[in-house]
Amino acid sequence: MSLTVELRDVSFSYPGGPPVLAAVDFAVAPGDFVAIAGPNGGGKTTLLRVVLGLERPTSGAALLFGDAAVRCTHRSEIAYLAQRAQAGGEAPVTVRELVAAGRLASGRLLGPLRRGDRAIADEAIVRVGLASHARSPLRTLSGGMQQRAFIAKALAAKPALLVLDEPTTGVDAASQESLAELLAELHTELGVTILYVSHEFGAVENVVQRVVLVRGGIVFDGAPSELPGVWHDPSHHHA
Amino acid sequence: MLDLEFMRLAFAVGAIVGVLAPAVGFFLVQRRQSLVGDGIGHVAFAGVAAGYLLHVSPVLTALVAAVLGAIAIELLRSRGGTAGDQALALVFYTGIALGVVLVSTAGALNVNLFQYLFGSILTVTRSDLALVGLLGGVALCALGLAYRALVGVTLDQEAARVQGLPVPALNVLVAALAATTVALSMRIVGILLIAALMVLPVIAAGRVAWSMLSTLLIAVGIGLVSVLAGLTISYYGDLPPGGTIVLVAAGSFVLCSALALLRR
Repeated sequence: MSLTVELRDVSFSYPGGPPVLAAVDFAVAPGDFVAIAGPNGGGKTTLLRVVLGLERPTSGAALLFGDAAVRCTHRSEIAYLAQRAQAGGEAPVTVRELVAAGRLASGRLLGPLRRGDRAIADEAIVRVGLASHARSPLRTLSGGMQQRAFIAKALAAKPALLVLDEPTTGVDAASQESLAELLAELHTELGVTILYVSHEFGAVENVVQRVVLVRGGIVFDGAPSELPGVWHDPSHHHA
Repeated sequence: MLDLEFMRLAFAVGAIVGVLAPAVGFFLVQRRQSLVGDGIGHVAFAGVAAGYLLHVSPVLTALVAAVLGAIAIELLRSRGGTAGDQALALVFYTGIALGVVLVSTAGALNVNLFQYLFGSILTVTRSDLALVGLLGGVALCALGLAYRALVGVTLDQEAARVQGLPVPALNVLVAALAATTVALSMRIVGILLIAALMVLPVIAAGRVAWSMLSTLLIAVGIGLVSVLAGLTISYYGDLPPGGTIVLVAAGSFVLCSALALLRR
């Protein structure tokens, strides 16, 4: 079985700029739950963009599901939660409308939503605990609930790879903890591979299998328990 | 009023435009591209001028110019590394400048031009109705088919790209639909005001709607009522139709805002 994500000796710099990533080797196997952490400006988001094929490495190879990432043919298997995901646009999108959009890549693109796709979307809404808010406009919900709605949208795609970029920005500590529990549950029950990118990984430190610290390159890649003490996120303490 | 053929034609074309303009405008407003319709209108003006110069139907030349202009705005924005407002400004001003030069060359700076700039109910012909009916029908079908995909891209363009949705094609589709709407609507509403009919009903609907779909449907309802009421007022009051229609649409915004306040 091919690796879900593989970076081989990847370097990257924006045109005319200094190197953002240097000689990065990184792999994610199917079913892994990995936190990618590091300081702001350390290259996490760039690493993620290279992984997703949104940027081409300056040198080295980036593979996604075994394909070159920029030409990946398995895109419908990826669900991506952009940084501080917000429903773009002005209209009051409801939770159900948002989640139904998650079926576009794997379901039918044109024409009305099919019954089977609607059922999958409704199931995702139930799974994240928003069944009683399915018809609510997103803007009337708390930050934590909005984040859950976006996760339901991601789940509706029935993804093999779930990527979350800074999912805890603007979400209170209690919601961060419950987000971590939800992700752990999805990982265990659905076997979905999860890449969790954040400058603070304290919320998920107890549920991820691996932490990868990025600072121009990868400076640590291992189990959270092996992390040198100074790198633990002080904002969260676990027993 | 409906005994007169020109009024029947104006109402028929107006009804199609009243539905189509807010339906397309819905996606422009959601993408925070409310002024794109205005930019396309100015390119359509160059198209009208070219029609006069070449002795071809100005509606057809405006349609071609508007589609090219809209796609140019989209490509400059998405591929050319130009900020959205700068892409709009480039096409907007080039369009109006080209229009002025062409109109002057064609010697058409006269009353005929005014019907395209401000709309007219007296000049809608049967062939206008056929063209508006055909292209308007095609545009509405395309919107209906692509509705979910367009909503998906509007909600989260980056996620849509990662998932491999045809984002550039869907963006070009919105641009082409906006251009078609401008070209089809200019006889009734006028080039200078068509963008308002695309945008104002959507903004008004957003005050009272409870979902994406309800916003779209209420906006279409407001657009239709604005055109029909505007044409009626314009007939009895001997007022220019474009301005009257847009003022009715602006009134709907005040009404919807008041309703929203009452509901709180």
